[in-house]
Amino acid sequence: MRNAFARVLTELAKDDESLLLFYADIGNRLFNPLKEFAEERAINAGIAEANMASMAAGSAMMGHKPFIYTITPFTTSRNFEQIKIDIAYQNQPVIIVGTGSGLSYANLGPTHHSFEDIALMRALPNMHVICPADAYELEQLMPQLIELDAPCYFRIGKKNEPAVHEGNPVLTFGKVHVMRPGERIAVLSTGTIMPLAQELVSELTEHGLSPELVSFHTVKPLDEAYLNDAITRFDHVITLEEHNVSGGFGSAVLEYVSEQANWPRVHRFGIPDRFIDQVHSTADARAKAGLTVADIMSTLSERGVV
Amino acid sequence: MTLNSIAAQIRYTLCDVSSQTKTPHLGSCLSCVDILTVLYWRTMHITPNNPADPERDYFLLGKGHAASALYTTLAYRDYFSPTALYEHGQTGSQFEEHPGIHAPAGVETVSGSLGHALSLATGMALSKQLQGAKNRFYVLMGDGEINEGTVWEAAMFAAGKRLSNLVAIVDFNKLQGTGESTEIMHLEPLEEKWRAFGWHTMRVDGHDISALEQALEAAKSIQQPVCIVADTVKGKGVSFMENDNNWHYRIPTEEEVAQAKQELGIS
Repeated sequence: MRNAFARVLTELAKDDESLLLFYADIGNRLFNPLKEFAEERAINAGIAEANMASMAAGSAMMGHKPFIYTITPFTTSRNFEQIKIDIAYQNQPVIIVGTGSGLSYANLGPTHHSFEDIALMRALPNMHVICPADAYELEQLMPQLIELDAPCYFRIGKKNEPAVHEGNPVLTFGKVHVMRPGERIAVLSTGTIMPLAQELVSELTEHGLSPELVSFHTVKPLDEAYLNDAITRFDHVITLEEHNVSGGFGSAVLEYVSEQANWPRVHRFGIPDRFIDQVHSTADARAKAGLTVADIMSTLSERGVV
Repeated sequence: MTLNSIAAQIRYTLCDVSSQTKTPHLGSCLSCVDILTVLYWRTMHITPNNPADPERDYFLLGKGHAASALYTTLAYRDYFSPTALYEHGQTGSQFEEHPGIHAPAGVETVSGSLGHALSLATGMALSKQLQGAKNRFYVLMGDGEINEGTVWEAAMFAAGKRLSNLVAIVDFNKLQGTGESTEIMHLEPLEEKWRAFGWHTMRVDGHDISALEQALEAAKSIQQPVCIVADTVKGKGVSFMENDNNWHYRIPTEEEVAQAKQELGIS
């Protein structure tokens, strides 16, 4: 997904001289194509993420449209105050890109895991939170974020995430994409965990159910129109994310629907409230976090859903 | 009016506004008045009747708790009426204790949490350098403020990019919130630190108007970022406030304001 980010940014930067990239000394050759024609706009800010966030805000005030790019924990939690004050409070159109989100860098340990970033970013007024599921979603949404001209957090994966879409639908920022219509049960997924959601839907289908599958790429603002409709159509809503089960996407959905009349039962699946360590791969880490079809089905079974 | 008498008027108004509106940080405000006076009356290209002039120079206040000093300077520089200053701290007022997004015309960015201004100004200066524009950026920081790591991150970056449109001024009054800044952190030799980070440095008496003016003028032709370490006195200009760190938080009584008025030579 990071390759897609670099490719799309390079394409967009050819037509828009106001686009700037600040990166915190990562990416190696990733941004070479951008540097080939706009070296001065691909700025290595050094391993100084807080300064990078504030510099980006300053450049936005002067008419540039900056991206800041580094590994998710360092582009969100390490520099949180700079994002809060300089980007969100001053409402500057900086696109904060977190690469290797969730458990993508599982083997690097909890220092490189991000399971709190959605919670942090969605707590900031003016901030938008977007979690594409694959390179295709990234490519569809990125130009729309630039058009927004507002603070955005763009939570992306690492590399070689499987494609999740068939037929390349048109996606719209702020609106869910229904991957497969269904009834009684909805599976709402955000970000790179979509393949697990697809597996879960297959499993539920084998149990004779007909779940709806939704890519909820925009976490903030929530697609309330969809949720209002979902409340009337489903008995159970399942949320899935590679993020702490508290404070993230599932919490956002739960907060919204719980204030409506006759809301369905909400089942949130994510990383439990603990650090996941001593793992060698993302699959390993997901297993340790209980993010497997078997674990989810077991919980759903205990709750009488299946 | 001479700049010295403008500075004296600003100092008296700061004391009076602090007393009447119960706004603290008087000591921090008084230490930087001469620096602000020189910047706004001599150094910077500004157009108070058109604060959004795209060709203007920018001033960023790092030590946001000295907001009153900036507001008062702007008022006397005709951005708005000095009488407005007495709305300070009231509900709905533009004059927040730390400048917010609704701060009055002339305030370029919010400030309050320390260590942000140099980074913001570095991004701004970089942008303008890329755009080939002539704007210059002036940042005033407290000596306590430069405890923050982001200041030194920005210092390294700005030097690396040779941002000759960027000037940092350290209001080196030797006192921070709860003690002596040179003891709380190892600040000295401060000028050498900035030089080692790749900046052209100067050290001046921060209350010598003509020395400040010369230093800031000289900075305009130096082809790298410039740091001016300005030796100042916290509470400068009012005998019983000078070097007394209680005035970081204390509010003067009416009698104390009257004495300050007399000492400052305000009729």
